[in-house]
Amino acid sequence: MQKIRLRYAKRGRLRFTSHRDVARAFERALRRAGVPMAYSQGFSPHPKISWIGAAPTGVASEAEYVEIQLVEAVDPVRLAEVLDAALAPGLDVLEAVAAGPGGLAERMEASRWRIELPGVGVAELQSAVDSLLAQEHVEVERLTKDGRRLIDARPAVIRAEVLAPGGPGDDAPEGVGTDMSYPQDSCGILRVVVRQTTPAVRPDDVLSALRVVAALEPPVPAKATRMAQGRLDDDGGLSDPLALDRQAALG
Amino acid sequence: MSVESVFPRLEPLLPRVSKPVQYVGGELNATVKDWDSAAVRWALMYPDAYEVGLPNQGVMILYEVLNEMPDVLAERTYAVWPDLEKLMREHGVPQFTVDGHRPLGAFDVLGVSFSTELGYTNMLTALDLAGIPLHAADRTVEHPVVLAGGHAAFNPEPIADFIDAAVLGDGEEAVGEITDIIRQWKAQGRPGGRDELLTRLAETGTVYIPRFYDVSYREDGHIDAVTPNRDRVPATVAKRTTMDLDAWPYPKQPLVPLAESVHERMSVEIFRGCTRGCRFCQAGMITRPVRERSIEGIGAMIQTGLEASGFEEVGLLSLSSADHSEIGEITKQLADRYEGTNTGLSLPSTRVDAFNIDLANELSRNGRRSGLTFAPEGGSERIRRVINKMVSEEDLIKTVSAAYANGWRQVKLYFMCGLPTETDEDVLQIAEMAKNVIRAGREASGRRDIRCTISIGGFVPKPHTPFQWAAQCDPDTVDSRLRKLREAVNSDRDRSLGRNIGMRYHDGKPSLIEGLLSRGDRRVGRVIERVWRDGGRFDGWSEHFSYDRWVSAAAAELEPLRVSLDWYTTRERDEAEILPWDHLDSGLDKEWLWDDWQDALDAREQDDCRWTPCFDCGVCPAMGTDIEIGPTGRKLLPISPVGVGSPTRNPALTGQ
Repeated sequence: MQKIRLRYAKRGRLRFTSHRDVARAFERALRRAGVPMAYSQGFSPHPKISWIGAAPTGVASEAEYVEIQLVEAVDPVRLAEVLDAALAPGLDVLEAVAAGPGGLAERMEASRWRIELPGVGVAELQSAVDSLLAQEHVEVERLTKDGRRLIDARPAVIRAEVLAPGGPGDDAPEGVGTDMSYPQDSCGILRVVVRQTTPAVRPDDVLSALRVVAALEPPVPAKATRMAQGRLDDDGGLSDPLALDRQAALG
Repeated sequence: MSVESVFPRLEPLLPRVSKPVQYVGGELNATVKDWDSAAVRWALMYPDAYEVGLPNQGVMILYEVLNEMPDVLAERTYAVWPDLEKLMREHGVPQFTVDGHRPLGAFDVLGVSFSTELGYTNMLTALDLAGIPLHAADRTVEHPVVLAGGHAAFNPEPIADFIDAAVLGDGEEAVGEITDIIRQWKAQGRPGGRDELLTRLAETGTVYIPRFYDVSYREDGHIDAVTPNRDRVPATVAKRTTMDLDAWPYPKQPLVPLAESVHERMSVEIFRGCTRGCRFCQAGMITRPVRERSIEGIGAMIQTGLEASGFEEVGLLSLSSADHSEIGEITKQLADRYEGTNTGLSLPSTRVDAFNIDLANELSRNGRRSGLTFAPEGGSERIRRVINKMVSEEDLIKTVSAAYANGWRQVKLYFMCGLPTETDEDVLQIAEMAKNVIRAGREASGRRDIRCTISIGGFVPKPHTPFQWAAQCDPDTVDSRLRKLREAVNSDRDRSLGRNIGMRYHDGKPSLIEGLLSRGDRRVGRVIERVWRDGGRFDGWSEHFSYDRWVSAAAAELEPLRVSLDWYTTRERDEAEILPWDHLDSGLDKEWLWDDWQDALDAREQDDCRWTPCFDCGVCPAMGTDIEIGPTGRKLLPISPVGVGSPTRNPALTGQ
């Protein structure tokens, strides 16, 4: 029995996959790649896969995490290669490590998101973000299956800054499978660190908050990418959640 | 002239629609070829939502067959939901393929596969969004040839105005021949334009070009004659039959969607055709003769397909899968091979009499034990003789008792309502049967928590069947019988029986419209167009289907022609009547069909010619062929042991 933790990316047009879509794609890719998966018992056995959160449908990510259980030990580096080859381009395995001690889920305190806002100038975006940070509470409305509900989006926002595309500090993801191109001059980038809360505050909720405080209405849909997840350090940065496992693997 | 992807224009619309992933393509095993190096380009459409259309075997097979040809390109397109349709109109985005996101209008052929007539309005939406004129007569050499296929193409008369061509029967070989004709015509500089291309297709005798036939009507509304209106066009058009299934092992690389679809499994067609002779069943009539795939062919397709797809379940597909002459060997050997890999096997269609519990146990050995489904189709012994579904209640009880005794908890039974000669009593017998199933199951299993679900569909008379002359039952009668059935299920001194019986059914109205479209002639095309212009879309979905819209469109368009919705549906035809599809040859002898219809009215059964002498349906002699069944006595080739926890073994990973 072996437990392996993986970091993967959801890129380009595959950002339109839902979590269920990703889960199915993974299960099938694991079978195609011949990974010796462990299965649950019972009438309806399922491969043992634990998902750690999931970026919402329509949101890309460079930092998704999943843990799988195998019945035979394999080399994690080889596993990452064969699984990545079996997955569709756009679902890309970035790293695999044997699980060390401690749970993975509790290492996820916050996420850093990069939100592209085509058609919104840097100055306009900066002023909206300033208004947001000046508030203590910003209630936004969200459509759920059970109707509309109000959530307070402000307390979860730990840091927010505005960048010019490709400018200093902008760690734009590799253009793997990205199809939509925007005029560079009128595209503000919002870089925001949001604490994992219940209910979760998503990139959409942050944008709704900007609409509430500053009437910011992007002319075309914004494009969000999760850049990192992990434990918060004192400066609002995020620690690498697989660092402990990597250390343990080195012995 | 190169063709650009519309994806950059589509992508900003996607965050605003439901389930956007269905429009992005990127399925595993999809193919995107270079546009400019293709000589002939096909767009293949399944005219329903992506989740329904993607798993369709017909489209998947033709897609792969065409893409294997070096100078041919095939891409797929599906019906877009109204939310995206609205945005596409606002932003001028044309109907696109999900592979290369190329506009439909740029292809040479648009092949539309109709499993059901309820996709007709969706084809009109696609044509309109693509900028292709709705009427074939308005198209020029610049537009694709719109080609209908699938079971509904055995009577394409209701869509004759909208399609350029139709192919009856199996497509594997037909698409190659059509491609050759188009390739040559294009290479010659398109001599004679569109008209010449269609004439060349018609000359093959297996491609139907509706506009090359004139239909005249009598005063009383009946068809007077259907006649070719030019030379080089045959009087009748024959169906295509692929005889050797082992020569066509498709799909080799099953498409695996990112989005969820209605069939989350891979399918292998283990045989094609059926000679059981159920009189209501169009599929069983038009796909004759029976052609089995060999046990080795099935084994190889499953292994290749699992390696290429990663599916956890394999459906052994056919019209009556337990009838394969080597089904016992096939299921046992597959269960052995995939032991320990969590790979389930399923037979989507089994007959009570061909079923045995050993088979079911083999099927569920390596996977999930789902419910068992049987289709007695009729509640009373008498009505089952009428429809030639020779299943006795005794057989059914014996089979389900064994199933419950072996640990199954749930049995599903399929029936039809509105069958010819049916009375209330025939339908009420369904309740008795379901109760007997529960009683027998309780006894066999020693438990009270077992269930039986009865699912009832409205009967629709179909062309090329013995019931093509029958009067369709009106929706009020169907609804009243279903109401009485529901009461009968729940009314028993032992109330717990009814509580263990689930009942699923739809009202009879959609069936009546399906009946209009199934047995309609060219005059029904106006009704389809009017419904579509009035907003009709996705008619197979109850939340989108509007009966009133169809009724009022039928009244407006048909009454001036002195025919009506009732005339097409609830009217019984006589022997002399020229049926709209008489010039389309399914291989069945019309006299045999009529005799079988008379036998039905007398509740006389007909045997299966696989195990009894030929009963002269006409198909084999017309095609110069014979049924192709085993047993061959051959064995599945042993392949190296498969993996643990996965049906594929990866030495690179486990080092073994």
